[in-house]
Amino acid sequence: MTKKKLLGYFFTGITAFAAFIIVLAFLVILFDALKGGASRLSWEFLTAAPRKGMTEGGIFPAIYGTVLLVLIMTIVGIPFGTITAIYLSEYSNERSGVARWIRFAVSNLAGVPSIVFGLFGLGFFVQFLGSGIDAVVSPDEPVWGKPSLLWAAMTLAVLTLPVVIVSVDEALRNVPREYREASLALGATKWQTVWNVVLPNATGGILTGAILAVSRGAGEVAPLLFTGAAFFLPKLPNSLDDQFMQLGYHLYVLATQSVDVEATLPIQYATTLVLLALTFTLNLTAIIVRFQFRRKLVRA
Amino acid sequence: MTTSTTKTLTATTSTTQKVNQTAKRLDRIAKNVIFGVSLVSISIILLILVFTFKEAKDVFFDAHVREEVLPTLIGTNWQPVSDSPKYGIIPLLIGTIKTTLIAMVLAVPIGVLSGLYSVMFAPKWTKEVLKPAVELVAGLPSVVIGFFALVVLSGWLQALTGSPFRLNALVGGVAISLTAIPIIFTIAEEALSAVPQSMKEASYALGATEWETAFYVVLPAAYPGIFAGVLLGLGRAFGETLIVLMATGNAAISSWSLLDSTRTLTATIGAEMAEVVFGDPHYNVLFLIGTFLFLFSMILNLIAEFYVKAKLLKKFRGG
Repeated sequence: MTKKKLLGYFFTGITAFAAFIIVLAFLVILFDALKGGASRLSWEFLTAAPRKGMTEGGIFPAIYGTVLLVLIMTIVGIPFGTITAIYLSEYSNERSGVARWIRFAVSNLAGVPSIVFGLFGLGFFVQFLGSGIDAVVSPDEPVWGKPSLLWAAMTLAVLTLPVVIVSVDEALRNVPREYREASLALGATKWQTVWNVVLPNATGGILTGAILAVSRGAGEVAPLLFTGAAFFLPKLPNSLDDQFMQLGYHLYVLATQSVDVEATLPIQYATTLVLLALTFTLNLTAIIVRFQFRRKLVRA
Repeated sequence: MTTSTTKTLTATTSTTQKVNQTAKRLDRIAKNVIFGVSLVSISIILLILVFTFKEAKDVFFDAHVREEVLPTLIGTNWQPVSDSPKYGIIPLLIGTIKTTLIAMVLAVPIGVLSGLYSVMFAPKWTKEVLKPAVELVAGLPSVVIGFFALVVLSGWLQALTGSPFRLNALVGGVAISLTAIPIIFTIAEEALSAVPQSMKEASYALGATEWETAFYVVLPAAYPGIFAGVLLGLGRAFGETLIVLMATGNAAISSWSLLDSTRTLTATIGAEMAEVVFGDPHYNVLFLIGTFLFLFSMILNLIAEFYVKAKLLKKFRGG
């Protein structure tokens, strides 16, 4: 009996240990970033451009580029994702072929390696769409047929599409069926029901989807490697066909390709910290919004 | 008096009818637009395949490129930039397999066991710490994990193993496991909590303890779902780019040693695509590797989706 009890402690123990490792790994990365970067962080670091071959100054252009990139990504991606989710949850017949194909495509899209999205962005957006537009608009010099802010943002929009679809779909499904029935019984059309009843009750979920997509998009670097990110630009991007600097890409290049890696180490850490602060704030907000939203629905 | 009332009534009715008609028309338009947009969303997956392969197809269909690439493609030399370029992908495959295996050896037990902990043993407060922690780990940008592996983890592991190379497959693999763990945990946890209460109660009724029930009843019952999670985690691990680009040393050598520097398929695309000449055989080969990565992830998804779902349903419905 005691032997069995010991075995019990052992098995329970290893599962707890596994969980502990996850939390520990997270804390170690967080504290390391704080230790290495906190002292370098300053108002100037956030608002100034890099100087002296990246060894001094700040990372403002990278922050600006990241925000702009994610903003365009959201404007393109959220409507597409939300509408697809509306189709899945409100219009499609669960057993119909189309809905199953869309679901299958979405889960596949979520599993595609991010570097492949980069190739897709280059092959489809830059080479095909961009060069196609150029052939019509400005045959003399490439305007759209080169890596740019727009194409990078579109690539990220495609990459984050599954995130949006899945969380909006879940939110729509959580709206009680009685709401829809009440609306339809009052003579509203399907679209009126969706627009006036279902969507307002799912705003929390749509918001969560958007936040998660932004957080994912802000942290991705692989799809940007050849769709428009640049290591250093003397001025901020002010047009959709400009290249841009981005936080994650900045960190990647500083850490692997700068001339004096040791000298820029504090800057690398501080950049990491800014990137982490950005993604964590977004993720935590998503967690809180979802939590509040679920509670509201349960009460209703 | 009466005529005017009738007039008003008729007017109201016709307005209502008009409103109804507009609403109906809007309803139809909305339905079609929504359907159309959804089709665009799913066609993206096809577009990815088409446009990745479009840039790769010359390897097979263009006589000049074929001659240059195919003879060396299944070789052990990856030297795309030289006078007689060689495109042997075997060292890259070995690199991918090595780092993925290391990642999975760590991620599967950690992910599954912590999932079991969360479902079976965890007190409420630890659950409330663990789950957001996992979500935050999932939210770590891979460039941050790569940076941590490059600057900190590589030093620790070098001290531990005494490897001559600071950056090697082991460092990359350990770091990648952090991206696979949240996926495996989340799906395993879902599968484990879907095991019917009656199964657990039956086990308790037969005198089994909590841990016996967890390991001998709940874990086996959730196996198909866990397997699906492992497959998706695997997909994430082998497709990881930034971490391997930063932390594995990027040497394309055919060595199975975990402590040698190594380079994966994904890292090769990431490192070389920016410098390649468009339309060059080298460019085509990089897209070919991309096509392969896409198809592999698709196959993993197919298995996870269909095989596992069918099995899971059968099990719980007893069919």
